Amino acid sequence: MNVTVKYFTVCHEMLDRSEEEMQLPEDATVKTILKRLEEEWAEIAEFYEVMQMSVNWEYATEDTELSEGDEVALIPPVTGGKDV
Amino acid sequence: MFKITSEDIAEAQVREVVESPESGAVVLFLGTVRDNTDGQQVKHLEYEAYTPMAEKKMAEIGQEILEKWKIKRVAIIHRVGKLEIGEVSVAVGIASPHRKDGFEACKYAMDRLKQIVPIWKREVWLDGDAEWVKPDTVFFESIPKRI
Repeated sequence: MNVTVKYFTVCHEMLDRSEEEMQLPEDATVKTILKRLEEEWAEIAEFYEVMQMSVNWEYATEDTELSEGDEVALIPPVTGGKDV
Repeated sequence: MFKITSEDIAEAQVREVVESPESGAVVLFLGTVRDNTDGQQVKHLEYEAYTPMAEKKMAEIGQEILEKWKIKRVAIIHRVGKLEIGEVSVAVGIASPHRKDGFEACKYAMDRLKQIVPIWKREVWLDGDAEWVKPDTVFFESIPKRI
């Protein structure tokens, strides 16, 4: 299956791209994407602890199963409206 | 109205969106760009959003508010892009029959905003450095499920 993966702020900077198409096995979960990113850049795993994932604009876990055409995103800690 | 925008936020427009004849109060909150963070001089801010998800999550906050208080209408608008000192980064408008509900709901909207809406703030300092703002501990405690 093919999914779109989006990266914001620090992830965008670390990976040097804001989104990409990923071809995944049919039984892929969010974890499949995390593993693949780790292969490319091991340090990104350090950020997983504070990061959330979304699938189709809804927060997801690493066990969330994916389907063809899904939009997945790595969500760094949000700070909109912080301290105002 | 739940919107991410790269345009100036006109507060008069927020009021127009929420006010209605049956409301006796409009609470309008504006977040503005401060010129310092813990004493460090800020040159400007940059906000980035995951727009479709941010608008969806803001609409969910609006729905939560309608269920918790006697509120007639809610509007949340957040700006993205480069913002200068004093500019409005976020506006919340709440119209309610009575003021107490409006004040409580407005505070709730801002608290929830920084928990669940994917918007990020980058501070660019006068000394030329820049950094994405890290969350406070409230964020970490509020995460429903972590990776």
